[in-house]
Amino acid sequence: MEKGKGVMGAGRRWAVDFTDNSTSPASRDVPDPLGFSRASLDQDDSAVSRQKKDAEANWKSQKAWEVAQAPFKNLMMMGFMMWMSGSTVHLFSIGITFSALWQPLSALQGVGKVFEPYKDNKVELLVPKLLYIALNLGGLALGVWKLNTLGLLPTHASDWVSSLPPAQEVEYSGGGIPLH
Amino acid sequence: MAAIGTRVLSVLLFLSLSNLASSLYEDQVGLMDWHQKYIGKVKHAVFHTQKAGRKRVVVSTEQNVIASLDLRHGDIYWRHVLGADDAIDGIDIALGKYVITLSSGGSILRAWNLPDGQLVWESILKGSNPSKIMLIVPTSFRVDRENLIFAFAGGCLHAVSSIDGEIIWRKDFAAKSLEVQQVIQAPAEETVRVLGYVESSQFHAYEINPRKGDEIKHVNVDFPGGLSADTVLVSDDVLVALDATRSVLLTILFQDGEINFRKTQILSLVDDSHGVVEILPCKLADMFALKTNKFLVLAKVMDGGVVELVEKIKEAAALSDAVSLSESQQAIALARHENQKLHIIIKPVHDWNIDLLKETIKIDNQRGLVHKVFINNYVRTDRSYGFRALIVMEDHSLLLIQQGEIVWCREDGLASVIDVTTSELPVEKDGVSVSKVEQSLFEWLKGHILKLKGTLMLASPEDVAAIQNMRLKSSEKSKMTRDHNGFRKLLIVLTGSGKVFALHTGDGRIVWSLLVQSLRKSEKCDYPTGLRIYPWQVPHHHAMDENPSVLVVGRCGPSDDAPGLLSFIDAYKGEELDSLVPIHSIVQVIPLPFTDSTEQRLHLLVDANQRAHLYPRSPKALTIFRSEISNIYWYSVEADNGIIRGHVSKGSCSHDEDEYCFDPKDLWSVVLPAESEKIVASETHKINEVVHTQAKAIADQDVMYKYISKNLLFLATTAPKGSGEIGSATPEESWLVVYLIDTITGRILHRMTHQGSQAPVHAVFSENWVVYHYFNLRAHRYEMSVVEIYDQSRADNKDVLKLVVGKHNLTSPVSLYSRPEVTAKSQSYFFTHSVKAITVTSTAKGITSKQLLIGTIGDQVLALDKRYLDPRRTVNPTQAEKEEGMIPLTDSLPIIPQSYVTHALKVEGLRGIVTVPAKLESTTLVFTYGVDLFFTRLAPSRTYDSLTEDFSYALLLITIAALIVAIFVTWIWSERKDLQEKWR
Repeated sequence: MEKGKGVMGAGRRWAVDFTDNSTSPASRDVPDPLGFSRASLDQDDSAVSRQKKDAEANWKSQKAWEVAQAPFKNLMMMGFMMWMSGSTVHLFSIGITFSALWQPLSALQGVGKVFEPYKDNKVELLVPKLLYIALNLGGLALGVWKLNTLGLLPTHASDWVSSLPPAQEVEYSGGGIPLH
Repeated sequence: MAAIGTRVLSVLLFLSLSNLASSLYEDQVGLMDWHQKYIGKVKHAVFHTQKAGRKRVVVSTEQNVIASLDLRHGDIYWRHVLGADDAIDGIDIALGKYVITLSSGGSILRAWNLPDGQLVWESILKGSNPSKIMLIVPTSFRVDRENLIFAFAGGCLHAVSSIDGEIIWRKDFAAKSLEVQQVIQAPAEETVRVLGYVESSQFHAYEINPRKGDEIKHVNVDFPGGLSADTVLVSDDVLVALDATRSVLLTILFQDGEINFRKTQILSLVDDSHGVVEILPCKLADMFALKTNKFLVLAKVMDGGVVELVEKIKEAAALSDAVSLSESQQAIALARHENQKLHIIIKPVHDWNIDLLKETIKIDNQRGLVHKVFINNYVRTDRSYGFRALIVMEDHSLLLIQQGEIVWCREDGLASVIDVTTSELPVEKDGVSVSKVEQSLFEWLKGHILKLKGTLMLASPEDVAAIQNMRLKSSEKSKMTRDHNGFRKLLIVLTGSGKVFALHTGDGRIVWSLLVQSLRKSEKCDYPTGLRIYPWQVPHHHAMDENPSVLVVGRCGPSDDAPGLLSFIDAYKGEELDSLVPIHSIVQVIPLPFTDSTEQRLHLLVDANQRAHLYPRSPKALTIFRSEISNIYWYSVEADNGIIRGHVSKGSCSHDEDEYCFDPKDLWSVVLPAESEKIVASETHKINEVVHTQAKAIADQDVMYKYISKNLLFLATTAPKGSGEIGSATPEESWLVVYLIDTITGRILHRMTHQGSQAPVHAVFSENWVVYHYFNLRAHRYEMSVVEIYDQSRADNKDVLKLVVGKHNLTSPVSLYSRPEVTAKSQSYFFTHSVKAITVTSTAKGITSKQLLIGTIGDQVLALDKRYLDPRRTVNPTQAEKEEGMIPLTDSLPIIPQSYVTHALKVEGLRGIVTVPAKLESTTLVFTYGVDLFFTRLAPSRTYDSLTEDFSYALLLITIAALIVAIFVTWIWSERKDLQEKWR
């Protein structure tokens, strides 16, 4: 909201808006003075306010796009870090990989919150949201891919059979060289 | 999943900077290991009391040990364990400073320094024929003359210088076909007398000049009746012998160059004697002892060879040799049992009616009868004679008795351990008193504060000593209850004397001991020997309140078809619960994988005719067995004939009505060609081995399926020429063939020939691999080989999706009749040591990696990681293989000094190594036995599942407390600061 203020009042520090936009007379305590027609005033002011609203919506959608594209930078940085960390398992690479997995996940969880400030009837948020989700999913995929290169994904047969107990045997035998 | 696990684990291992050797710090010695030294059953004892300050006795034992013992405490001053085939025939002290031993069938004469036991000299005596072996060390010696020792062995009399062991002269009596019976040095005449028979009907006496070895005199006389080899010297010139019928005593007098003899009917001495009469080989001075079937007869030889009866002793008794008190006086000790008590009577030879000493001692029943007595006299301050008696009991223990008391006692039965099993201790009960808890809490805290001081390097040297002492004597490890980690157990050992001991694993003390009645000589059983010991009843779950019991299997005689005997022993109380003597012969014992309702394990005892007998003999056990009978097989390895046979039950025995007996039906046999192969070794899995997984993840996430079957037999054969000693065959005529045989169907799964190799073979079989040790004649080195078997028929199970869903039959029961296809991988390495025993560590779940435990020729135990014996090792492993932990191939196996499990100790005469899993997966208990005993705990992959012993709990608690305090302090500070901010 603070940013919005800056856009609206160019150079003004503060403003008091005397325009009364309410239309229903019942909501006011004081009755309108005689000869005062509210309708004419509304008409007069509507052009200005529409202009203002348009600017705000514009700004909001612009911001929403910016926010939606933000994970891309993150993605690039993550990729670089991953490349740096190498493909052997050690503390650093595990840390990077897990942060690469955790960041997109937490971002995806908070999709609604991130785009809440730009919520507006006139602003189309679906496309930025989708982009945001897609980029984060990309980050997640990158993390998973890294996990796989580290060999920490159970994608091989050995991961599934290595704790299988030996098969039971039907027969039982004993014996040997005579005891002495 | 486990692949991930291993990867993470490898990271952790990397972090903990572990290397392959799991070594020990100096101050950790004795924390979890104990070592006990023994000598075995004493054969001869020579007292040495020339200097009052050093009261010692030198003994030789049946375990081929010579030792010098402290007479005050029974401690070992020094000890030498001679080889297994170096039996000691005679021992004596020469010149007052050398211990002379004659060993190896009279072929090796050695002198040891008496104070410290160092070898002074050694002489090899060459003899031609087997004969009696005698060692004569002259007691009276003169300074001006060289002191000679006379050793008679191999039909030759050798005179050896006692200074340097040089053989001065040698005289062959075997060439004269003389069977020498006695050799004496007659001190008065300064000659050596050799007495013997020719064709057991002529008696010859030679007088020999001790300096040159030439014959001075030779007389002989005929005995038409014939003579037996039983003779005893009564004095310098009187010999007592039995005639060939063993019914007539002959007193042979050889005085003034003449031989006179006198016959005495044994019946005139003992009126109701029948059976075999023996002369006891005791040197009694003018007396001799006869043993008949009922009595021990003491008789005296009077002037002119007249034999006079002195005493008949009905009870079990033992006699000592005569000791001389003064020039004319000699004394004999007689130990006899009467009313559960031991009487030691010392009498002078000249007057049997006087008792110089009579002592009555109460001796533990579990020690059995007296076997040997050795006495030694000393002069008391009041100039009277005092005596000390060294007694060898039936259980091989050694006791010193002085002034009517047992001064010390050594449990030397433990030097002849035959077999070992373990038993859990009882569960800890509730109701510990409060004061005890407080006491222990205080102690605990004190101990931990001391430890903390040690950790923070604040401890003074006394504190350090106190810490070390506390660690060594921790009462925790010697408690008589079960612990969480399963470190505390009872080791139940069966010894050669027929005594069963229960040792505590914590400190090695004897919890109970039992001389098993059925393993003692009796009318039903002449020569009982123990064979094996098995856990019989291991109660858990519903039979928790019963005590566990063990089964002792024995045999009445040396041959395979001798009647068997069984004894059941309570593992907590050490009482014999039941015994079966005698029963059918026992050649094999097969513990079955079934227990009855009282948790008694079913056992199948196979007799010499390959019939199987079921135990316990109860209808319930029979029902269980009958329901499984079609799947139970047994096999016999006839090493002499080169045949392996497989059997299955045909039905109840036809020859008698015993329903617990089952006739065998031959299923298969493997006949090895006798001219080219001779069986030298066989090995199977341990019965109680636990295998964690059937798959082995290899490099690149691939998987191999192990062929895990308990029904596999490893068999090694060599060419008949190669079965002798190393070096007796050339590489061309010797080979070693190894087999892996399926014991259900008789199928040979794998066969491999090692050209130019030979026995002895030692093998160990575990999971899907066999490791064996043999000698390579071409390389002149010992080798170790490994064979790993993999199941080829399972190799296709690699579809991840199917495995995830569980659509596979990898865990369904298999029959060996399905004849699975297997492949074997093998590799050989040089190994420096020759090996006495080899085994593998075993853990509770089988997850921990394995180590081979090798009993080396130096009587130590070496732990060798199984990873060194991996047939997939290559010279240049790939990156993935390196990650897997594969070690690059080298031609020989490394011997890392730190990986000796026995660290600086030696388990003399090592015979076996037993590993028992603890409850803690990482840890295994190792018990090594020989003449000595050694016990320790091993963690082949380090103790990854528990904190180390010396972990400072106090430090941890203090850190936590300090952190909590810090949290509160900073919280208060921040509150205060906030308040100040707001007031500003």
